[in-house]
Amino acid sequence: MTHNDSTVLTIAGVTNGRAVADATATRANIIEMTQSAENAVLRPEDCGAFDHATRAALAARVARLSADEALAQHYLAGAGDHAVLADLSETGTGQGLGTVVAFVDKVANQTRDIAPEDISGLQSEGVSDADIVRLCELVAFLAYQIRVIAGLRLMQGEPT
Amino acid sequence: MSRVVHKFTRTVPHWQPRVTPVKLAEATQAQLDALQVTPSNTKVSDYVLTLAHDVESLKVRSPLFNAIMYDSGGMSRAERELGALAASMVNRCIYCAAVHADRHAKLEKDTAVTDTLFAKGEDADLNDRNRAIFDFARKSAEAPPAAGSAEMAALRDAGLSEEEILDLILSSALFGWANRLMHVLGDPVRQEVKV
Repeated sequence: MTHNDSTVLTIAGVTNGRAVADATATRANIIEMTQSAENAVLRPEDCGAFDHATRAALAARVARLSADEALAQHYLAGAGDHAVLADLSETGTGQGLGTVVAFVDKVANQTRDIAPEDISGLQSEGVSDADIVRLCELVAFLAYQIRVIAGLRLMQGEPT
Repeated sequence: MSRVVHKFTRTVPHWQPRVTPVKLAEATQAQLDALQVTPSNTKVSDYVLTLAHDVESLKVRSPLFNAIMYDSGGMSRAERELGALAASMVNRCIYCAAVHADRHAKLEKDTAVTDTLFAKGEDADLNDRNRAIFDFARKSAEAPPAAGSAEMAALRDAGLSEEEILDLILSSALFGWANRLMHVLGDPVRQEVKV
């Protein structure tokens, strides 16, 4: 796969001919599967309660929670009318997603503090168990992708 | 009765889901395919049955996980486990920390590194190479990720190759993902034995 097909290589600015590109070439299968994971988590066939635009907006939000504006912009392109959810001052209550947005924020950046009540809170608002798993996969994948990009930038000597 | 485990341990606890896992008898064909259920393999953990609620993610995540942790070349398996453990300690995923501390100890045939990590945390007594690996992974796991040029320079000073550094980035980042499933969707528990 060329760097144009890979979000992590594109956003981290990895181009052929640089030392880091030689390293990523040895793990081309992993770079490719990382992209397949983005496709599965952001743009699945079976969306459950969260359509592609909502997922893109929440992904942009999680990227912003890690101050990665370049990755946030990558996802905002697909967020459509839901782009407001990527605004960190937006609580999601106006869209009926207040509990969901609070959960996304906590899983993303206060992972260690997650408690059973965070899950039961979603369940009591009628979020299905399958949708809770989908939401976790979305935030969890972003946590991975953000850190791969941050690491690749550091390998190239760029401040993150 | 069971109680939730709150302290780091190498003794792997039982994982108890906070949501209802997919029931094998009710699984769709796509779920059965992703679970790789065959007549000779019908044992599937509650964790994997929980993730089967999002079968498209599960299907791509399992081979990605295996490639990052087990593919040949690059960083040693034990050092990848150290990257996984550092992230799991930051996110306080007791279950993931137990599994990967146990694997590290078994691969190294030595519990010294994981003993000192669980006893002293970031002040653990580590050699220069393990110190550089653990600190980079620990800082990367913070949210937002906080590893910087100093941690990257320490990896190179400790003699890691570019391929090894990439494998460390991947294995510690992978646990940013795994911890947010395991620690969020379930509890690590120990069954109480009645005497």
